[in-house]
Amino acid sequence: MRIERRLRQPWWLSVVVPIVSICVAILLGALVLLLTGHPPLHNYRRLFDAAFLAKGALSDTVISATPLAFTGLAAAVAFRMNLFNIGGEGQLYAGAITGATAGLLLAGAPSPIVIAGMIAAGAAGGAVLAAIPGIFRAFLSTNEIITSLMLNYVVALVLDYLIFDSHSYLRDTSGFEASVFPQGKTLPDEATWPSWTLHGLALPFGFLVAIGVAALVWALYSRTRFGFEVQVIGDSARAGRYAGMRTRRKILAVMCLSGAIAGLGGASQDGDFRHQLDPRGLTAANYGYAGIVVAALARYNPFAVVLIAFLLGGLQNAGYTLQGADFPAGLVGVMQGLILFCTLGGELFVRYRVRIERPARKPARPAVEAGA
Amino acid sequence: MNNSLLVVVLASGVAYGTPLLYAALGEVLAERSGVLNLGVEGMMLVGAVMGFWTVQRVHATSSVALIGAIGVAALAGAAMAAIHAFLVVTLRANQIVSGLALTIFAGAAGLSSYLGNDLNLAGSPAKHQFQEIFPKSLQDAPVIGPIFFGQSILVYASWICVVLVALYLGRTRAGLNLRAVGESPAAADAMGINVAAYRYAHTLVGGAFAGIGGAAFSLSVTPQWVDGITQGSGWIAIALVIFAFWRPTLCLVGAYFFGAFTALPFALQSHGVTVAPELFQSLPYVMTVLALVLVSSRAARLRFGAPAALGLPYVREER
Repeated sequence: MRIERRLRQPWWLSVVVPIVSICVAILLGALVLLLTGHPPLHNYRRLFDAAFLAKGALSDTVISATPLAFTGLAAAVAFRMNLFNIGGEGQLYAGAITGATAGLLLAGAPSPIVIAGMIAAGAAGGAVLAAIPGIFRAFLSTNEIITSLMLNYVVALVLDYLIFDSHSYLRDTSGFEASVFPQGKTLPDEATWPSWTLHGLALPFGFLVAIGVAALVWALYSRTRFGFEVQVIGDSARAGRYAGMRTRRKILAVMCLSGAIAGLGGASQDGDFRHQLDPRGLTAANYGYAGIVVAALARYNPFAVVLIAFLLGGLQNAGYTLQGADFPAGLVGVMQGLILFCTLGGELFVRYRVRIERPARKPARPAVEAGA
Repeated sequence: MNNSLLVVVLASGVAYGTPLLYAALGEVLAERSGVLNLGVEGMMLVGAVMGFWTVQRVHATSSVALIGAIGVAALAGAAMAAIHAFLVVTLRANQIVSGLALTIFAGAAGLSSYLGNDLNLAGSPAKHQFQEIFPKSLQDAPVIGPIFFGQSILVYASWICVVLVALYLGRTRAGLNLRAVGESPAAADAMGINVAAYRYAHTLVGGAFAGIGGAAFSLSVTPQWVDGITQGSGWIAIALVIFAFWRPTLCLVGAYFFGAFTALPFALQSHGVTVAPELFQSLPYVMTVLALVLVSSRAARLRFGAPAALGLPYVREER
């Protein structure tokens, strides 16, 4: 058996392979369920019901999908340049911290100003955090994978510190309950992001922002010189430098852009859903890591990111809804992992051709070789 | 004297550092072969749950049950690593994404929680756990007693593992081949070394070590099962590998150093000093970033940096 690189990738492969991969993942998941004595069909139906069909399920799925879309876009932007920013998690926290701070500081101002301030602060918070690994990578060639990963934990601890172990500006220190159960200050009403309802489907402002960001990222990467240069540098930094491109600036810019998008996701968590800085909720959800999964499944295409975020958001939402004694705990993580394993493995069949050859017994056929 | 802050912190630093040490040793082996496995946290959790399951279900004497549990945990960790190895070595997938997928698949909201729930493990203490092996009189020796003699067999076994891994990497043919595979797979291939086999073997052994590290949590540090029992130790282990410049002996130092930071806030609290624990908990991460930045220069990277082919798939036709 030989594996050889395809010179041309037929267009249908990039549609068929992911679909087959997901089917394989579903079969493997069914196998796990069977082996542990759970009826697979019944559990899958409940999962699907809770994610997309039940009353209000679709709206909840959009809520779960919104942060995934942001972190997915953040990962896609950087990964396209072969810049492995896996700090989306921390950048989202940073955006949530700065976004909540802006929301509290601007209390009393007209709502659009407060919301604009939160968006700007969230993006800035994420961008500043991402700039740290960005600067190290651009100027010292320090591996950005590990530095961005480590900063996730640092910011998670900062988040805990702000709410649980200090009397920070963001912590609610009024009243008896707040002193026993530490929590963030509730944001003012002006800082609540709007939400629109279409045929019973609630669309939060943050989700629309994510779609807008996806469109911008697409335009940036396929319609501008910046995007072109980023992709050249991503493929070969040396070639880019010889062609006169500013590789260091581009690395830094892409890291900051990626961080800003993740930070927007944090601000959207404050404004759309949580209405306070909520360390437990943010850290438990693992949006940043799941976002990398989303980006990889979407093959770094921004519109596909939003779509995949919606599908995986459905899975997460179903996991929350079905939490309880009669639903296997951890199934959602197992399913997410399996889907990712299968799509990653399936990628091979898009890029390579597997040719099964029997060892040649007869002498080679010179006539055919000459004809070809 | 044995209640003094320093002794308490060092003694519990050794205890807390031991799971980190096992996981980091495994990751050193995998990364030295050029395979970055970010799934350590997932492998540790599956090792923890399967090890715990073994002691709860097996009817045997304490020592047999515990040895069996370590074996099962190692196998479980290796099985998880096998998924990663298959994806990145045979299917040439992106190592970062695959490792993260492994953590999501096996981690606190995935397979480990699924198994813990299905095997009904939560809420009961471990039937057997690793105990201090030296007599009380030795443990009470001033200063060195709690640190060197107040530990479980897992700690002493980890020292042997450190020596073995260090000798393996520096003094054996296979170890030198391994380093060649991690630094320059094309050259290793030309020498006749089977790159894929080396990568598979060491990723699997790395997974086994991570599984043992997980079991050290559920059978020694906090002898029980709760979802996400390792609390992010897998990530600290990955940091530790970098902090130790991919050297097993430095892993030992780093593991106890990082372990001491975990223990310090509690020890300070019992001495009446309240410090935000987050400050100390964040130090391992900050120091890892600093260590990475400090060895960023080209000369330092050649000596202390990552294996040159770390994270890159090796395809003979495309080298």
